Amino acid sequence: MRLDQLPLNRPARVLAIAWADLADTAARRLRELGLDEGVTVEALHVAPFGKDPIACRVGRMTVALRRAQAHAISVEALAA
Amino acid sequence: MNPAPMVALVGNPNAGKSALFNALTGARQKVGNYPGVTVERKAGRMSLPDGRPIELIDLPGTYSLEPASPDEQVTRDVLFGKQEGERLPQAILIVVDATNLDNHLRFALQLIRLGLPVVVALNMIDMAERDGLKIDAAKLSAELGVPVIPTVAVRKRGIDALKAAMADLVGDGAVRRIAAGPGVVHEDIVVLQRRARAIALAATTEEKGARAWSHRIDAIALHPIGGPLLMAAILFVMFQAVFAWAQTPMDAITALFDMIGKAAQTALPAGFLRNLLTEGVIKGTGAVIVFLPQILILFFFILFLEATGYMVRAAFMMDRVMARVGLSGRAFIPLLSSFACAVPGIMATRTIDDPKDRLTTILIAPLTTCSARLPVYTLIIGACIPARKVLPGIGLQGLVLFGLYVLGTLGALAAAAVLRKTVTKGPSQGFMMEMPKYQMPSVRDVGIGLWSRCIIFLKRAGTIILLSNVILWVLASYPVAPAGQKQTEYSIAGRIADAIEVVVKPIGFNHNIALALPPAMAAREVAVSALATTYAIDAGDAADNDEEKTDEALGSKLHVDWPLPTALAFLMWFVFAPQCLSTIAVTRRETNGWKWPAFMVSYLFVLAYVAAGATFWIATWAGL
Repeated sequence: MRLDQLPLNRPARVLAIAWADLADTAARRLRELGLDEGVTVEALHVAPFGKDPIACRVGRMTVALRRAQAHAISVEALAA
Repeated sequence: MNPAPMVALVGNPNAGKSALFNALTGARQKVGNYPGVTVERKAGRMSLPDGRPIELIDLPGTYSLEPASPDEQVTRDVLFGKQEGERLPQAILIVVDATNLDNHLRFALQLIRLGLPVVVALNMIDMAERDGLKIDAAKLSAELGVPVIPTVAVRKRGIDALKAAMADLVGDGAVRRIAAGPGVVHEDIVVLQRRARAIALAATTEEKGARAWSHRIDAIALHPIGGPLLMAAILFVMFQAVFAWAQTPMDAITALFDMIGKAAQTALPAGFLRNLLTEGVIKGTGAVIVFLPQILILFFFILFLEATGYMVRAAFMMDRVMARVGLSGRAFIPLLSSFACAVPGIMATRTIDDPKDRLTTILIAPLTTCSARLPVYTLIIGACIPARKVLPGIGLQGLVLFGLYVLGTLGALAAAAVLRKTVTKGPSQGFMMEMPKYQMPSVRDVGIGLWSRCIIFLKRAGTIILLSNVILWVLASYPVAPAGQKQTEYSIAGRIADAIEVVVKPIGFNHNIALALPPAMAAREVAVSALATTYAIDAGDAADNDEEKTDEALGSKLHVDWPLPTALAFLMWFVFAPQCLSTIAVTRRETNGWKWPAFMVSYLFVLAYVAAGATFWIATWAGL
């Protein structure tokens, strides 16, 4: 599953990130915000207009990103 | 004597860096700019417990030492001693957010590697406790190998301990690297991040599963329906407050300047000096300073929304809308600030990573209705739009004002869409942002921010605006017109205006407007004082009656003198015209050259001319 398909409030683990699918600046920012293989993420909110972007918990931070970017992140839902 | 030792304050965005800076230095701050770039240099004086002074510089918040934006470049260069006009700091004060150690420690690790003496402020420790986190500062200090002091900057907790630790660090003030210097910072972010996580885990002694309360607020603030409604309500209250709350202080300021004017009138003998003082200086400056309350209220809301963390939520909600015109939600914050003033708005675009997004935002920022337009709008609407009710509770005047704001905003969005498809064409970089925790800002932090805005405005009123008023008054008063001729037509200014009038007559502007346009380039609000001055001079030679109350009369004079189509065209001109030299100057600095400011000025003038002309002719045709 990709992060943009993950239902809200369902913790998941990042399996892989397709860095090559992201622009350089976006990839760097994503790393700086703590996105990495193995970390736990959870989609928390979606923006009201067009349900894009989404806000995800990454570690202890909340990070907003567009669905197109979230699509580069493969996740595996954890048992609730 | 050696200068005071310098300590650099560094940290991630949202670590509470500014609050800590305020807590350490108080109001003793100097805001300037680094040479060649427009990154703000914020420096302040603080004294150590033993009385020694320290110069503390607040470096722009950044996530790492890999420079992506001009802000980050400055932070990096200062810490490497490579920034022009800045010495190498003696020590680094790193701020980390205790509730977000995993992430902030990574940058701290990178900074510690630089080899300068370091102290870490473990900030927002109270929030961490509220989130059910217990962090062992001693353990963290042992892991990092540097002193760690728990602080709550907004409540001024831990500040004394921090100062004591800084005193140990600075020593005799000599710069020394305690470990290997630059060159070891090129470690992979991911590697550092993993170490940071391990250290954070080791230092966290207890973690209860308490859900962050920011998440609960977001459930409302970002609710699919409630969120946008709340945002609309906040913006509505903000703009409403600008008018409602400002009324009393504005009346007081007007009364004060009337008093000063009358005092000068009676104290001075009739002649050049008295006229210059009363008509040029006092009336002109008073007409501008009266807007200080409105500007401060607008800035109060913007500073407050920013400090609480709500502004990023607004950007998040607006991202989709901004994406429709080729921008991202990040552009929303600079654009909202531009409602106060385009200058800080344009400077706020520095946080936009993508150069084309940033350029587009700079180019459209002057279209948002800045507070300097308010005086002009208020005057013209008051004078020329009838004060009748359209619907119960909704007056026509307020509606027109709202319409002008909407028009400016739509204009900005439309311009962005066009620019993004033409001159600033390129792929979108998306939107990625940390959403900080909600926080109650301290009165002190908002107060310091407001105070510095207040000083900037008063300085402008005391310099550029005062000067242009005096020049205009002199140009408009000399040479003295012979009997039977109008002073504003006979004077030097009148003749300059003759030339301008040729150009602006087709869009319905009269001679006095042509006279007010050049000084309004200094600052938009000068248009009001310029009109006040020209009509004051005209009134002077028509009646030569010193007691005449020209102030209250300006509105009614315009009402008589300006046909409605002219008034509407004038308003429309102010929606689009690229006035205010400060905006042009800041655009030049931000874009490093004259190319983009020249482009901006041209496209805005064309827009303004066409819009004002169309309004005038349509209104005339409609028989208004």
